[in-house]
Amino acid sequence: MVHDNKLHFTFPKKTRTWSMALMAIGAVSMILGWMFDKTDHHQYWWANLLINGFFFFAVALGALFFYALQYAAEVAWSAQLKRIFEAMFAYLPYGLAVVAIVLLAGQLHIHHLYHWMDPNVHDPNHADYDEIIANKKPYLSAWFFWLRMVVYALTFLLFARAFRRWSIQEDELGGIDLHYKQYRRGALFLVFFAVFSSTIAWDWLMSIDTHWYSTMYGWYIFSGMWVTCMIFATILVVWLKDNGYLSAVNTSHLHDLGKWVFAVSMLWSYLWFCQYMLIWYSNIPEEVTYFQTRYEHYMYGMWAIFAVNFAVPFYVMISRDAKRNTKYLTRVGAILFLSHFFDLYMAVIPGTIHGHLEWGIGEHAHHITFAWWFEIGMFLGFLGLFIYVVLNALTKARLIPVNHPMLKESEHHQI
Amino acid sequence: MANKVFHVMYDDDQKLLDAARALTSAGIRVKDVFSPFPVHGLDPIIGVKRTRLAIASFMYATTGTLLATLGTWYFMISDWPMNIGGKPSFTWIENAPAFVPVMFEFSVLCGAHGMAITYLLRNGTLPGMPASNPDPRTTDDKFVMEIVTGQNAGMTVEDLESRIRGTEVFELSIKEY
Repeated sequence: MVHDNKLHFTFPKKTRTWSMALMAIGAVSMILGWMFDKTDHHQYWWANLLINGFFFFAVALGALFFYALQYAAEVAWSAQLKRIFEAMFAYLPYGLAVVAIVLLAGQLHIHHLYHWMDPNVHDPNHADYDEIIANKKPYLSAWFFWLRMVVYALTFLLFARAFRRWSIQEDELGGIDLHYKQYRRGALFLVFFAVFSSTIAWDWLMSIDTHWYSTMYGWYIFSGMWVTCMIFATILVVWLKDNGYLSAVNTSHLHDLGKWVFAVSMLWSYLWFCQYMLIWYSNIPEEVTYFQTRYEHYMYGMWAIFAVNFAVPFYVMISRDAKRNTKYLTRVGAILFLSHFFDLYMAVIPGTIHGHLEWGIGEHAHHITFAWWFEIGMFLGFLGLFIYVVLNALTKARLIPVNHPMLKESEHHQI
Repeated sequence: MANKVFHVMYDDDQKLLDAARALTSAGIRVKDVFSPFPVHGLDPIIGVKRTRLAIASFMYATTGTLLATLGTWYFMISDWPMNIGGKPSFTWIENAPAFVPVMFEFSVLCGAHGMAITYLLRNGTLPGMPASNPDPRTTDDKFVMEIVTGQNAGMTVEDLESRIRGTEVFELSIKEY
């Protein structure tokens, strides 16, 4: 039996202080970074805000997706863990706000991360006219872009709110009506998510390299989002168990979480490589630009990220014993979490600061006027914010739901 | 005294599980169980070790990867350098992305076939092999537990039989072997 004092999560003081400290580091780094960043329009600073904004938003959105998936597929084993995912998608409004700030600043021409936001490229009589971008005008016009933005925000936030509200109601009311409501709503969310997971990747990330497009990009970003979400959930579950919570979560649950990390890592590797190989093979100028930029300036970085994200989970997590071992789960998880952050970095930075960032001293050495250290601080800051929001949301409801119809089955989960 | 084999039949998987638990906790060793479907949770009770098929599969697949690597290098680079779509054909590594699909497929082929053949060999169920099934009804809706006296030397045959009859037996046959 679960002890009563462990049914509710209390935010440990030490963790609260730590996450606050991380946020403070982030705030200081953002201010100092802005001052030291000498790139045009603080492009470097804004690019980092976009990376951090999107990365943690993606963890939260991945949680919302996984939550809906559990209901739509009538999954029993994860019933005990549903509050973990609810807490993770509680970060959605914050993540969306950060992304929206970056996009709004681009629309107001405070920075030029998005080439297509410049109205001159659409004007045939202007010197900056760009035919390729102008041809994409129907999709990348301001009104349609912002309409989509509003639709995304409403969809994600309203679904998240409904899931959370019904989940808490279920604790009091019981019965199966709410469960089937969640089931139907979960399936409906997946319909929206199937489209929006791709379009948010096009709108917010792929449109940075406006001349380029890839049909695999949406799935590539989506799979990265899913991996980071599963990693964060796994680490959080292990941490909670270490602190005496979730006593009914056994090694089989950890094994399943490990399987998700492993499987989705393979999905990510598959999509990354498919995108790369097809572009490499056909060698069409409009497609290779993406990898050309990365090859010129970040070749070792790009391959190192792919190697880590594929080989580490493949060779370490393939065995059953590793997936049932919390040490492996948390350590491999931490490596992959960082590595997927760098993967997003690699998706954003080359297109936004146009190869001005060199790893080492090259012919562009004079461009290293900006302070790279603020990137670390910014990441830590957002990590602190994410942890704070998630753990805070975790205190707001019972840690383990009481009336979930599949709770008993989840407790007896054995594989 | 001749060795005896007990074929204990049950008509329900839950009765089988209860019986297995009762007998093994009394120190009786169950040699094997014949069942129309995998009974969840039975393996640890009767002391069946975890299968090493996954490890074998990993080794077969690795063999496949290595063979495919060697093959692509020999066919496409060393023996007769092939120029496909203007891709570099001087070294293997320059052309590696083009070889990854075949390496992947061949790994899967070797892993899957190796695993299937190993499974059939290890179980003695290759096509044409004689069935070791004591009763054909275990392929339908009955469960048979096999207990041999040779493995339960600390117990008399009568004692063994009375303990077995203490479970919810559907049918019991005792033979010499």
